[in-house]
Amino acid sequence: MKYYRTHVLVCVDPECLAKGAHEVMDSLQDELVAQGLINEVQVLETSRIGSCHIGPEIMVYPEGVHYVGLSTDDIPYLVEEHFLKGRVAKKFLEPEVEAKDEELSAPTSKEVRVVLRNCGKIDPENIEDYIAEDGYEALAKVLTSMAPEQVINEVLASGLRGRGGAGFPAGKKWQFARAPKADQKFIICNADEGDPGAFMNRRVLEGDPHAVIEGMIIAAYAIGANHGYIYCRAEYPVAVKMLNIAIKQARAYGMLGENILGSGFSFDLEVRMGAGAFVCGEETALMASIEGKRGEPRPRPPFPAISGLWGKPTNVNNVETYANVAQIILKGAAWYASMGTEKSKGTKTFALAGDVNHTGLIEVPLGINMREVIYDVAQGIKDGKKLKAVQIGGPMGGCLPEAFLDRPIDYESLAAAGTIMGSGGLVVMDEDTCMVDIARFFMEFIQDESCGKCTPCRVGTRRMLEILQRICNGDGRDGDIETLEMLCKYIKTTSLCGLGQGAPNPVESTLKHFRHEYEAHIYEKRCPAKVCRGLIRYEIVDACTGCTVCARNCPVGAISGERRKQHVIDVNTCIRCGICMQVCNFNAIEVH
Amino acid sequence: MTAENRTAEDVRSVVEAAVAKCGAGGVGATKEDLIPILTEVNKALGYLPPEAFKEVSRLLRVPVSQLFSVATFYHMLSTKPRGRHVIQFCDSAPCHVAGGRQVWVALQEALQLQPGETSADGKWTLQTTSCLGICAVGPVIVVDEDIYGNVTPKQVLEVLARYE
Repeated sequence: MKYYRTHVLVCVDPECLAKGAHEVMDSLQDELVAQGLINEVQVLETSRIGSCHIGPEIMVYPEGVHYVGLSTDDIPYLVEEHFLKGRVAKKFLEPEVEAKDEELSAPTSKEVRVVLRNCGKIDPENIEDYIAEDGYEALAKVLTSMAPEQVINEVLASGLRGRGGAGFPAGKKWQFARAPKADQKFIICNADEGDPGAFMNRRVLEGDPHAVIEGMIIAAYAIGANHGYIYCRAEYPVAVKMLNIAIKQARAYGMLGENILGSGFSFDLEVRMGAGAFVCGEETALMASIEGKRGEPRPRPPFPAISGLWGKPTNVNNVETYANVAQIILKGAAWYASMGTEKSKGTKTFALAGDVNHTGLIEVPLGINMREVIYDVAQGIKDGKKLKAVQIGGPMGGCLPEAFLDRPIDYESLAAAGTIMGSGGLVVMDEDTCMVDIARFFMEFIQDESCGKCTPCRVGTRRMLEILQRICNGDGRDGDIETLEMLCKYIKTTSLCGLGQGAPNPVESTLKHFRHEYEAHIYEKRCPAKVCRGLIRYEIVDACTGCTVCARNCPVGAISGERRKQHVIDVNTCIRCGICMQVCNFNAIEVH
Repeated sequence: MTAENRTAEDVRSVVEAAVAKCGAGGVGATKEDLIPILTEVNKALGYLPPEAFKEVSRLLRVPVSQLFSVATFYHMLSTKPRGRHVIQFCDSAPCHVAGGRQVWVALQEALQLQPGETSADGKWTLQTTSCLGICAVGPVIVVDEDIYGNVTPKQVLEVLARYE
């Protein structure tokens, strides 16, 4: 291994790439060569450092100096100042007030980073960086001193549960897959993270791919599998690239392939890319897709542990589950089980979105309550508004009202409240949100992604969507709520897979906790949050100065009036797009 | 290679290259490599023409009906010709609330296309995509393989002008 006095990490997150990170990197290399420093300074790629919004950004170690907003023109000056003269180039320093990453910032006091511990800290393209952070030590421990049963027992004792959503104990799953005798078994990592707004797994795959690979090798040893697949969605090209690099390096270092670490155990791994189908996140659909078929789910049982990929015993876990495994082996089940509640142990990553001051990825110990997450970690609701609901669990999750703020976040409490843990989407909604509109939005997504194999999901969700659309358009009828409730019940109990079974959750939970909003839409023809277009109208009030901005911006020409005189909106022409309200500088447009 | 000047010979060589690439692991491509093969062909030709199905069917010994069934299941595989440049607009909630709706209106206006349509001159295809996971920089549009984040309606024309 070659030694360098300085390491420069260049962020190659999609956002920085779009701002020219590769060009900056190239010119940095060229300038270092020109100055004769190339043997002293190493330039590497890394995932997001934290300030991509003012990128391209680089991090210089060992000083830990973070430069942002670089362009290729700045490089000669930067190299001369920093790398030749040893002075910090102050003008490119990250402005301190903005030291905030929209995706993953420094952990707040309530956070514990286990899965995200290496993200943004190590070079994901270099296995040695991972090894320096205790990487593959757990694998060595497992292969040299533990029997497969011991590994399973350790994972069982840790209380780790599947982080893909359903929360089935990982150790139990491994036990089931170990039990059958078979000539071949498979390990699959579900990296088909499709919930809109949830990107926890993407960051782990891009920032710390070896953690996932190590977890998979340990699982393979535990159940006796020799081949594995990482099924990654095609929407994540960078993750696929990082995984392929990591697999190649792991092979070169003897962590994958024949006779791993001289133990006699052999295991190899390949990446399979999806082709854009949300339902492939369901494990049986995912396996069909790996087999080259339509990604349609099939009934369980038989469970994959008995008859999975090509009919062989198969263990499927998601990215986050595998990323926990090495840490559990290294630090012990007791350490992991010390975090969380009685039945939900460890930490969970969430992608925080919506009307909170701090959005992005967080990792918190399970059992933390929603109030702490929203008001401490997420720093409260934007613009001092009131909280209305928290949507947790992705499109198949549910909406919780304020009354649930003090309940702990764990699998059992969430299920009792009518939602699921899901893969980690957490959308906070303020008082201006219409819950019927939200239910419609999620139903649209589910209807779009329903694979069409079973009738309840294919037809049932379509009927639900039609009713919701009608209600939002102001054409709700007496009896709609009851029909929705009936459909929820039937679809839940008769659908083939998790997508259909979870499809009614957004509607069911909003009906349960926000029924009055449905009633206001249907019986009073009123949208309390003033969102649903069919139930609102825009009006110009006295504050109007007649500046004509609204009239000029109206896409349908619905606004008329003389210059310097109050304008009027023609209700019949208006499409209620709200552009006039956004462009008005005098707050002269109101919604009713 | 556009649809007009493409010959049966071209399609055959594209398919053969895709099959060879995906079967590089050992025994040669099999049925299980169908999705990677179709993805490769889709990438090279812009879509999956009937001749490509015939060719894949011949090489892998899989009926065309089965190929069609797989190809029509996945959003990213297209059985209709697409433009020289494919624009994907993320229509997921995080982009939607970050101003995506206005960008979408601007895109449709600039191109005069509905989602899924291809322009008459064969230059553009406008599509929506599921969440790309870069929600922190929404609204996001992807042109071919270039990602644009924090897009404003005003920037739409500027982005489109970059493509020939």
